[in-house]
Amino acid sequence: MDILRIATAGSVDDGKSTLIGRLLYETNSITKDKIEALESASKRKGLDFLDLSLLTDGLIAEREQGITIDVAHIYFSTPTRKYIIADTPGHVEYTRNMVTGASNAKVSLILVDARQGVVEQTARHLSIAALLRIPKVIVCVNKMDLVQYDKAKFEAIKDSLSSLVAQTTFEGQEISFLPISSLFGQNITQAADKMPWYQGNTLLGELEAFEFAESLAHAPARFPVQWVIRPKTEEYHDYRGYAGKISSGTFQVGDVIKALPTGQESTIASIEKFGEQLERAVAGDSIVITLTTDVDISRGNSLVLASDTQAPQLKDFTAHICWLDHQALSPGKTYLLQHGVNLTKAKISQITERLDVVAQTSSQDVDSLKLNEIGGIQLRTAQPIMADVYAENPSNGAFILIDEFSNSTVGVGFIK
Amino acid sequence: MTDSTIKDKIGQFPRKLEDESIYIMREVAAQFERPALLFSGGKDSITLVRLAQKAFFPGKIPFPLVHIDTGHNFPETIEFRDWLAKETGAELIVRYVQDSINQGKAKEETGKYASRNVLQTVTLLDTIEEFKFDACIGGARRDEEKARAKERIFSVRDDFGQWDAKRQRPELFDMLNGRIAVGENVRVFPISNWTELDVWNYIKEEKMEIPSIYFSHQRQVIERDGMLWADSEYLNKEADEIPFEATVRFRTVGDMTCTAAVESDAVEIDIIIEEILSAEISERGARIDDKRSEAAMEKRKQQGYF
Ligand SMILES: Nc1nc2c(ncn2[C@@H]2O[C@H](COP(=O)(O)OP(=O)(O)OP(=O)(O)O)[C@@H](O)[C@H]2O)c(=O)[nH]1
Ligand SMILES: [Mg+2]
Repeated sequence: MDILRIATAGSVDDGKSTLIGRLLYETNSITKDKIEALESASKRKGLDFLDLSLLTDGLIAEREQGITIDVAHIYFSTPTRKYIIADTPGHVEYTRNMVTGASNAKVSLILVDARQGVVEQTARHLSIAALLRIPKVIVCVNKMDLVQYDKAKFEAIKDSLSSLVAQTTFEGQEISFLPISSLFGQNITQAADKMPWYQGNTLLGELEAFEFAESLAHAPARFPVQWVIRPKTEEYHDYRGYAGKISSGTFQVGDVIKALPTGQESTIASIEKFGEQLERAVAGDSIVITLTTDVDISRGNSLVLASDTQAPQLKDFTAHICWLDHQALSPGKTYLLQHGVNLTKAKISQITERLDVVAQTSSQDVDSLKLNEIGGIQLRTAQPIMADVYAENPSNGAFILIDEFSNSTVGVGFIK
Repeated sequence: MTDSTIKDKIGQFPRKLEDESIYIMREVAAQFERPALLFSGGKDSITLVRLAQKAFFPGKIPFPLVHIDTGHNFPETIEFRDWLAKETGAELIVRYVQDSINQGKAKEETGKYASRNVLQTVTLLDTIEEFKFDACIGGARRDEEKARAKERIFSVRDDFGQWDAKRQRPELFDMLNGRIAVGENVRVFPISNWTELDVWNYIKEEKMEIPSIYFSHQRQVIERDGMLWADSEYLNKEADEIPFEATVRFRTVGDMTCTAAVESDAVEIDIIIEEILSAEISERGARIDDKRSEAAMEKRKQQGYF
């Protein structure tokens, strides 16, 4: 059974939480006691209808203000697959929570209010979806009920987005447009009787039909070592296993590998999972690898194929960055850089650009990046990192920056 | 739902979830000096123990199992706990809410809804301090409850164990930042993305042992607020609440005073799974502790509850 991860996006009050509530409601994913709780909460708010946004807005502050502040993770399944939805906040102040929710998504649902059309958040979220290389974007034009389900309105929004989309999208990204009403359940799981002019998929239909190849199995083989297993029991006296999750590619018993950064070579003796012996393992598998010879390998090192002479070892590189902290990014400062499970110090030598998400232009003369801004940086690390260009191998191309003093995660970077 | 749609929904356990959880277990062992696995005896924490075993096999689980014993546990749970610790060779640490009460740090609730569920937090925080645990692994899932749906996998708590929902760290991709200041600690939720059904499907596929109270059995119960409550010496009964025998099982296992039973003939796991799928009530609907107010869970978490 596969898992499809989705994240919502769009401006505040566009109806993201209501949409997710509706999706769950119509797929019978909400139990009776939860519906009853929704009914009484809606009544308490003085509403005469079921406020489905209350299903995901779980914090007291969110319910008081009627907005989403942090990501909620919601689950439902169909006979086809299991869905994990990240319902993210639309408010620009909480963009970092939006990025958190979107980082694992394969589909981004970007909502647009039919009355307002394209706004700044639409542009920002399209840019973020492109930066993260989310393979599918569904632009949901919501609240169609408030524009009398007017086809012309929908088409106009679609047209006005086309130039922006053309600028942000990348090869292989699928983009589709859907007119919906979350409040009245139009085009969510059932065809919209109010919009006979629309002949395409419903939202659920679109999700069910989406095929995403886990192409990472064909990417270069990368195995970051998380933990070295040394039982030191009689039975496993000399056992030394390298535990980790394959980030991309495939490993097989007998493969000649090298450990980076040292470059020492060895051969895979076994691939194990809880005592089970595997012939091969692919991206995403949490396994243990043993080698035929004793090599000095510790946490943070990576195994790659010995034949992979291109395996990069970066010390001085450029990256896109999305800044997530109230304290602005300033060049010259040292941060901790976490790439996968590997931690090293990094110095930002220069901010190379700042992106204007609306105009899709960038300015070069920049001396800081503030909360929620997207830009480019040049950085240097204390130890080399075994990272790929994000666009080519996303699972091995992103990193986070951590403030040494506050310990907060302050930025997320994508290697150029 | 009709029978056929229920069958359709059972599906299989998505194996990717296990890989992710094992990855999280290993991150905990690597990033922290003194982690612990909080073991409640319920199916979720039993699942955690299995994942920890898998993560470090053929090595032993590199952290202790910690049980905060309220004194109101089902005897079957305690028996199972001791068996599992032996079976896995893991170290078991038990601390008692009764001790916190005796020390005057916690006060027994009164009235017919009295339970020790809230008091647990006091004992938990003391235990964290006693052993200087910097990470505590728990079996909470995001699908359980709306405040839990907001939780990160690595959830940082301050000196007082408090959760600040408005200041959570961004958590990107699968990168987990476990860096903390002295006194802070992290609650870790490796099965955040599992649903109740995923847990049951996993237990089934892995042929795991679980406490007998999850299966149908005969028990003395009383009826209160439309639910069946297990009769025990800890339950404050009113005069008209007369125990009777019923065929029941438990869907979630907490204290005897705050977990309701459901009528059920399910003696095997397949039937349990079908029951869950056709149930009209959510898992937490059987937790009396959640019914105290709409925001009961968030408020308890702010206080350092799991
Ligand atoms: N008329 C109409 N109202 C809608 C529709 N969808 C949502 N709304 C209303 O729009 C308001 C905001 O909805 P939410 O779902 O909370 O919006 P959101 O996008 O999640 O907002 P944030 O998470 O705070 O960014 C609520 O009052 C909804 O009832 C729709 O299709 N039609
Ligand atoms: Mg919302």
